[in-house]
Amino acid sequence: MRILETEHLTREFGGVIAVNDVDFHVEKGLVTGLIGPNGAGKTTLFNQITGVDKPTSGRIIFDGRDITGLPAWKISRLGIARTFQNIRLYKELTVVENVMMGLHFKVGSDPFRHRFQQAVKSYIFASRENREVYRRAMEWLSFFEMEEHAQDFAGSLPYGKQRELEIARALAAEPKLLFLDEPAAGMNPSETAHLMQVVAKIRQLGVTVVLIEHDMKLVMNICDSITVLNFGVKIAEGTPNEIKHDKGVIEAYLGREEEDE
Amino acid sequence: MSTLTLYMQYIVNGLTLGAIYSLIALGYTMVYGILKFINFAHGDILMVGAFIGLLVYTALTGDAAPGAWTLSAFFIAMLVSMIACAILGMLIERIAYKPLRNANRLAPLLSAIGVSFILSNGAAWIFGTQSRRFPYPFENDPIHIGSITITPHQIVVIVVSVAMMLLLTFFVNRTRMGKAMRATSLDQSTSQLMGINVNRVISLTFAIGSALAAVGGILAAFDFRVYPSMGTMTGLKAFVAAVIGGIGNIQGAMIGGVLLGILEAVGAPLLHIPNGMKDTVAFAVLIIVLLVKPDGILGKNEREKV
Repeated sequence: MRILETEHLTREFGGVIAVNDVDFHVEKGLVTGLIGPNGAGKTTLFNQITGVDKPTSGRIIFDGRDITGLPAWKISRLGIARTFQNIRLYKELTVVENVMMGLHFKVGSDPFRHRFQQAVKSYIFASRENREVYRRAMEWLSFFEMEEHAQDFAGSLPYGKQRELEIARALAAEPKLLFLDEPAAGMNPSETAHLMQVVAKIRQLGVTVVLIEHDMKLVMNICDSITVLNFGVKIAEGTPNEIKHDKGVIEAYLGREEEDE
Repeated sequence: MSTLTLYMQYIVNGLTLGAIYSLIALGYTMVYGILKFINFAHGDILMVGAFIGLLVYTALTGDAAPGAWTLSAFFIAMLVSMIACAILGMLIERIAYKPLRNANRLAPLLSAIGVSFILSNGAAWIFGTQSRRFPYPFENDPIHIGSITITPHQIVVIVVSVAMMLLLTFFVNRTRMGKAMRATSLDQSTSQLMGINVNRVISLTFAIGSALAAVGGILAAFDFRVYPSMGTMTGLKAFVAAVIGGIGNIQGAMIGGVLLGILEAVGAPLLHIPNGMKDTVAFAVLIIVLLVKPDGILGKNEREKV
């Protein structure tokens, strides 16, 4: 079953077509990789789907619902979470507070709905609610084996840990679909290995994952399906094995890298 | 009267003045905390609040003698004015600031100054430039505690201000909307991805700030009377209070307001500053704070990245 589908998705930036008529689809429960040379339009495609930017034309269907052009907060509330290439944590807050932030504004729970009852309830049960949220946040941290960093400032964590924290916070909101934009960028090999285990664990939770990644070993190892973009156009899709042997991909992407070396 | 009791008296007066500054300073500081922008039209919102309060109050009471009815009418007028100003604040944001959110930082600032002129000149056009008296809704006979005198008006100012600040503290710290607000002030784009409707948080911030300004305007109206340019000086001093406390910090605005009120009330007689020059105290304090501790009392130092 397809949880996400784009139809003829196009995004132009003043004459430059960053994403060109792309039909991208994601199967529920699987890990989908999105690869392509720099400037292929991968992040632009992510931005269209998560509402950070609006497409020029085309449609985006998530879970049977047209979400084209909805604002980012609404899309996140419908169950799509994401991380960024450049980490976006609340750096002044502690690690556990960052995860609590994901829990407070969970999918489906609107801080503005039932204003009055919510306000009264969240006041009366504030300590209980906070204890519960704290406990759940710590559970997520232990899922990522980060409990010992719970009280550190998010900004003080090593780079690899910050990336994992961003994933933990995104997961805490219990999304149906998780987008990871270059999760292994800047990680050392042991951090990358740990990340691979983490993604495998997320897959087991039943969360559908889409990731942009340049680390081919990681992509080939953990993805069930791969889509390749080049100059904004989808040039291939299939299993890692199919992609590895796809002529067009080798020419456009892998081939070019070989020439460089 | 001994010098000590004289100064005790000044402090009581300063406390009253300061409570009003605090209420108004909150609007500056909350908007700054989220948008990093000084809403220079905020002072004129307090003027609009005072006019609306006065109109509603006189319409309700007519020539009635101070009593239970006038006191309730006063609070009804305050409530109406708060709601009207909350809507006005949200409208101003929507029309004059939101379209400029991604523009150069100077653009919304100029737009705010424009809005300020529109409001004060609009009021002058509608109500005339003469100042009006806001009648006391209660008998304002001074109460003597020892050798210190306190008026019921001062008591009302302090009680209402403290109640408003407690309500705001509760809202910001204990409700989910307050949490959304704090999250937004930390990082707007990240909060959006957490599912927070940032536009709604910004509207709400303007609504709350403007409602508090309305209260401040009405409380100030007793002593300073009501006139179209009343917001300029009071608004400017409340802004000074927000900076003293550390702009962007809610507790800071409360402390800064009270401190400025007391410094003004005590400083002028202490330094033998003539009445007409009294306002210089506030701005002298501003300059000193900016030189010594530019982040204000509770302002956080920007952590340097190593």
